[in-house]
Amino acid sequence: MPRDQAELNPRRVSGGAPVTARPVYPFTAIVGQDEMRLALTLAAVDSSLGGVMVFGDRGTGKSTAIRALAALLPPLETLEGCRFRCDPVRDGACQDDCPLREGRASARVIAAPTPVVDLPLGATEDRVVGALDLERALAHGEKRFEPGLLARAHRGFLYVDEINLLEDHLVDLLLDVAASGENVVEREGLSVRHPARFVLIGSGNPEEGELRPQLLDRFGLSVEVASPRTVDERVEVVRRRDGFDRDPARFLKAWEAEEVKLRDAILAARGRVARVRTPTRVLEAAARLCLAIEADGLRGELTLIRSSRALAAFEGATAVSLAHLRRLAPLALRHRLRRDPLDEAGATVRIQRALDDLLPP
Amino acid sequence: MTAARPVRPGAPDAHASSEGNAWADACLAVRLLALDPAGLGGAILKGGPGPAREDWTAALVRLLSPGGPVRKAPMGIADDALLGGLDLAASLTLGRPVARVGLMAQADGGLLILPSAERLGPEIASRLAAALDQGEVSVEREGLSFRASARIALVAYDESRADVDEDGLGLAPGLADRLAFHLTLSDRQARTAAGRAAAIAGEGSLAKARARLARMGPADREVVEGLCAAAEAWGVGSPRAALFALRVARAHAALRGAPHPGSEDAVAAARLVLAPRALRLPSGDDAAPAPPPPDAAASQDDPAPEDPAQEEREAETGLADLLVEAVRTGLPPQLLAALSDAGPAGLTAGARNRGGRTEAPRGAPRGSRPGRLKPGDRLDVPATLRAAAPWQTLRGAPVDGRGTRRRLAVRAEDFRLRRFTRAPETTTIIAVDASGSTAVNRLAEAKGAVELLLARAYVDRAHVALVAFRGVSAEVLLPPTRSLARAKRCLSGLAGGGGTPLAAGVEMAWRLALAERARRKRPRLVILTDGRPNIGLDGAPGREQAATDALAACRRVAASGLEAIYVDAAPRPAPDGDRFAKAMGARYAPLPLARAGAVAELIGGGARGSAPMA
Repeated sequence: MPRDQAELNPRRVSGGAPVTARPVYPFTAIVGQDEMRLALTLAAVDSSLGGVMVFGDRGTGKSTAIRALAALLPPLETLEGCRFRCDPVRDGACQDDCPLREGRASARVIAAPTPVVDLPLGATEDRVVGALDLERALAHGEKRFEPGLLARAHRGFLYVDEINLLEDHLVDLLLDVAASGENVVEREGLSVRHPARFVLIGSGNPEEGELRPQLLDRFGLSVEVASPRTVDERVEVVRRRDGFDRDPARFLKAWEAEEVKLRDAILAARGRVARVRTPTRVLEAAARLCLAIEADGLRGELTLIRSSRALAAFEGATAVSLAHLRRLAPLALRHRLRRDPLDEAGATVRIQRALDDLLPP
Repeated sequence: MTAARPVRPGAPDAHASSEGNAWADACLAVRLLALDPAGLGGAILKGGPGPAREDWTAALVRLLSPGGPVRKAPMGIADDALLGGLDLAASLTLGRPVARVGLMAQADGGLLILPSAERLGPEIASRLAAALDQGEVSVEREGLSFRASARIALVAYDESRADVDEDGLGLAPGLADRLAFHLTLSDRQARTAAGRAAAIAGEGSLAKARARLARMGPADREVVEGLCAAAEAWGVGSPRAALFALRVARAHAALRGAPHPGSEDAVAAARLVLAPRALRLPSGDDAAPAPPPPDAAASQDDPAPEDPAQEEREAETGLADLLVEAVRTGLPPQLLAALSDAGPAGLTAGARNRGGRTEAPRGAPRGSRPGRLKPGDRLDVPATLRAAAPWQTLRGAPVDGRGTRRRLAVRAEDFRLRRFTRAPETTTIIAVDASGSTAVNRLAEAKGAVELLLARAYVDRAHVALVAFRGVSAEVLLPPTRSLARAKRCLSGLAGGGGTPLAAGVEMAWRLALAERARRKRPRLVILTDGRPNIGLDGAPGREQAATDALAACRRVAASGLEAIYVDAAPRPAPDGDRFAKAMGARYAPLPLARAGAVAELIGGGARGSAPMA
């Protein structure tokens, strides 16, 4: 068989040379980019925040941060043999061959790593939502659903780099599933629904074409990343990256303690977040703020409250404070402002102004 | 400081032998790239085809691991060829799905050459960038799901020409950022350097150098800090550039047999990696006439707040100064001139980042997508067959006595529609007369009109570019873009005053339009002026010559068959305006008193072919 052809077998690498797993740069070793790290951490605490959109310059470590977060997160519990990696408690029986449905209540609970699925550019819709299993269809003439990328991302993260380059209909589809937590497939004579709860993370450079406002609004948080602004910060970025590239094993070991610390903090916050109180004055402040900046709809308010609650839990507070609100308002609201082409001030500035008016520090 | 020879700033001989040096640097770069292809990503080779480019590429092929694959991506390569997908012919013959890996995976461990890289679409560029980042391709297409190793060095032939393309075009910035070397080659350089082929030699030394590079310890803090400071001073924003510089310094040290990178290596790295990326002159530079404007948005990494501290530190660090100067020696002379013109704030990030170009080209073939076949749609037959092929057994297509399938069962869900049916995108190029005479009345209106147009660009899928002419010349203020953020930044900096170089303005707009047309966009010109040129094409004052030049420029527009609108902004419509409009074959639109909205409406109306007048 010529080098450029390969037998189809999704379970082993087909064609070309085998892929060797690359070490992942530690999340805690990222220099600066506080806003992005905060947003990703909160999404890890409460996956219902509705995704994170990362805007920024090239080479600012967007992809690095998301891959790093994946490596950091604790494993998930699932049932052995479950193709959708369902949560045995929350999801119940999922599809036809679910271990629970087959009455094997004693199915073994196993740990699986939190998935971070990269949506490769050029992915076709059938691979995103899932389709007939090619091999089974051909070999046995059997109709079996082959889960797609949405299923693979269940309970984890789905990362789309340069989301502004993705077909609009695919972005729509992703946001639909991300919002409903369920993927429904009706094609090739199949009718399948399966849980697909994931945090959608998009990244893009606003200077290379923008995302449609309708789509933008559906992201929970948005963050802006920029190139390091001081020489010191730059030096640190280069030194750490160089250290990692030269000896990944040693670098990872040096950062292990930090990584464990953050993982524990995220786990603890997940346990606490449901018990964090949200005082009425905080709710009122959020409502007043959203009115003042004329953010469309209620999505902004809901995200603002939820993310503030996640932050409170992460910091070990028992109740949401106005300080939490103030810190997250730009992240939760800046991408929801109606655009005014003749207003020079950016969205962040407008939010800051409203904050200063309504919630003087 | 070791062997590095300090270069005096502004020394008259700094560029005396710049051509020979450029070739020597290119020869050095090819060896460095061959030493660490995975770490350095690859190179952009600017310039036309010729022996210099061929020799350089041949040398790289020779120096990279022998027998490694070399692949060339054809122009307009599609996803299935680049990433891989279902091999239709083999699948149908064998009766089982056969995947074919794409060019990137085929080039694994070797070289991928991109001809005409300046015309690469944003989708393909981002797929290449992802492969460079990950060292693999991940394919989720056509029912297939696989990953294949793709550790490639990329060599992009960028044939965009400065005289035609101005600064608007070139390799997609996201991809350019991931290639360490940006080289400008010309055959003249190669000839001046004696013995072109001999200059790229020394295969024997690379094996040893590779071993040294693998063992090399960390760089001194001074080297890292010096390279970062030099990057900062020259406005090189991307952290990737500083990292590349460090890697080049390490490879350079390995090449000359040093145990770890020293100042000599850092100097070479600064010259090779940072110089071609320079965006502004270092602050305090002699050639820089004025301090940076307070507009922080003008430069994405405006160092203003940290300036005093930084200058202090640089004064202490001799190496940083040395490296800042090293970058200067590597600058192509014309780039230095451009930087000086732009002042210390430098070219705006936008002007260099060319954001607008990355929008997907409509009207070009863009593969196919599933969908219902409606009248007017075009079926992509091969893609449809590919979609149908795997299901033939399942669908029970009839099989004849010899076991061969006689008919293909194709269903509606297999239909794949071609996606290049949409009309080409338009690019509206607005040339604004910012001379003293027009500015007073009209500049604000023009600015408003551009912003309103941009706000609607989503709906129209249109791009807007802005050319301003005033004083003695014209400049592209805003390369074609849909980005509101960038437009605002450019517009806020536009001030009026000076003479009316109408010829230069029309000429610039015309060139931009031709470049857009080459990118399969539909360019439209809007010239907004009071029609009183007093500066000729050569920048010399004089009404008569200015009018003659302007008419000639207008005729060129007509000769190229470009759609144009001439907005006469004179307080009273003058016969001259009509003359220019006729020469250009443009619609003439007198606008005695208008608001921004009226100008935008006029331009928008032009797109639909009607002619609303104020």
